[in-house]
Amino acid sequence: MSAEAEAAGSGFNIHPMDQFVVKPLFGHGDILWYTPTNVTLWMGITVLAIIALLVLGTRGRAVVPSRSQSIAESIYVFVHKMLEDIAGKEGLKYFPYIFTLFIFILVANILGLIPGAFTTTSHIAVTAVMAMAVFTTVTLIGFYKNGIGFLGLFWISSAPLVLRPILALIEIISYFVRPVSHSIRLAGNMMAGHAVIKVFAGFAGALGVFSVFPIVAIMAVYGLEMLVVCIQAYVFAILTCVYLNDALHPGGH
Amino acid sequence: MASETHGAAAEHYVGMPQLNFEWFPNQIFWLVITLVVVFFILNRIAIPRIASVLAERHDTIQRDLEKAEELKQMAVEAEDAYNKALADARVEASNIVSATKADIQKDLDKAIAKADAEISAKAGEGEVKIKEIRDNAMKAVQVVAADTATAIVDAVMPAANDAKAVKAAVTARLKG
Repeated sequence: MSAEAEAAGSGFNIHPMDQFVVKPLFGHGDILWYTPTNVTLWMGITVLAIIALLVLGTRGRAVVPSRSQSIAESIYVFVHKMLEDIAGKEGLKYFPYIFTLFIFILVANILGLIPGAFTTTSHIAVTAVMAMAVFTTVTLIGFYKNGIGFLGLFWISSAPLVLRPILALIEIISYFVRPVSHSIRLAGNMMAGHAVIKVFAGFAGALGVFSVFPIVAIMAVYGLEMLVVCIQAYVFAILTCVYLNDALHPGGH
Repeated sequence: MASETHGAAAEHYVGMPQLNFEWFPNQIFWLVITLVVVFFILNRIAIPRIASVLAERHDTIQRDLEKAEELKQMAVEAEDAYNKALADARVEASNIVSATKADIQKDLDKAIAKADAEISAKAGEGEVKIKEIRDNAMKAVQVVAADTATAIVDAVMPAANDAKAVKAAVTARLKG
């Protein structure tokens, strides 16, 4: 996109995808698997923010909570209730895993909205690892808990017998598409929102006095992104709960 | 793709950085470390702490509610006791009032009876006196009447002056 803009020779100098480039923190060398990069930096900041919120924020252990403790408790209760509502009491065993995913995505998403920040969750590599981890774990739990009966998830006994093989095929395909949609939904939302803001920012730089319009648009999109960022963390967590419920109760539908 | 990037004039990235597979190992490595660290922080510190705080709060609220229920019960009991005491006091007061009333009535009856007796005694005495006075008066009247009649007869018809007959006539007349 940037190449086209430059090739057209216009005044616009918009490079909305540059913000997603992974760079080494020190020097300009190759990026090996262990190289400290901006990914490392922003994941580290995410970890620190999580510690600040959930560990430092709750250190008072007050019966009447402080503000930060109240936020930490609200998030905890929110995820706990969501998991219990969807996957039942048996699902609560997996609460730490769901909570880890939710809080990591939420905090990383929110930190990504800081101007100049690198959004780790905008990368398919990151979201795909989480989605595949969820998919693999949930499938293993399903077979471990239900044995071969887990395949009943694909054999819909309430449907007419003739339709069942066809439905089973559709169910199996949709089951294997789950991690794809699960990961692309999050990364796509993050990438699109940040790219749109960057495009508007590019306009603002080029329009002189009329840049007030793109700036207003950035504010509006930023507000929307604030919402999207939280909703996507919620969606990722709630889908994980739904998949977990399928594994725990395959006869549920 | 990366070589194209380096080739670009101002080092701007061409295409989607998300699809640069050269960076995948780096991202995956740091993500796994991050998730493991976050998991341990949550599982070891944050989750037990928040869970214990929530449980403690739940217990505290439960305890307070129970205590409030107890206090309410005590208040109800105290009210009952108060009402009972009040009712007892009322009964006692009315007993005292009626006992006092009976005593007073007794005294009063005694006094009235005494007064009645005195009054009737006095009345008897009075009657006796009145009778005496009346008798005396009657005698005096007879005497006066006889004297008057004798005088009148004497004045009107001196010949027929018979003191005894006049007196008898006057006496008969007074009785009739």
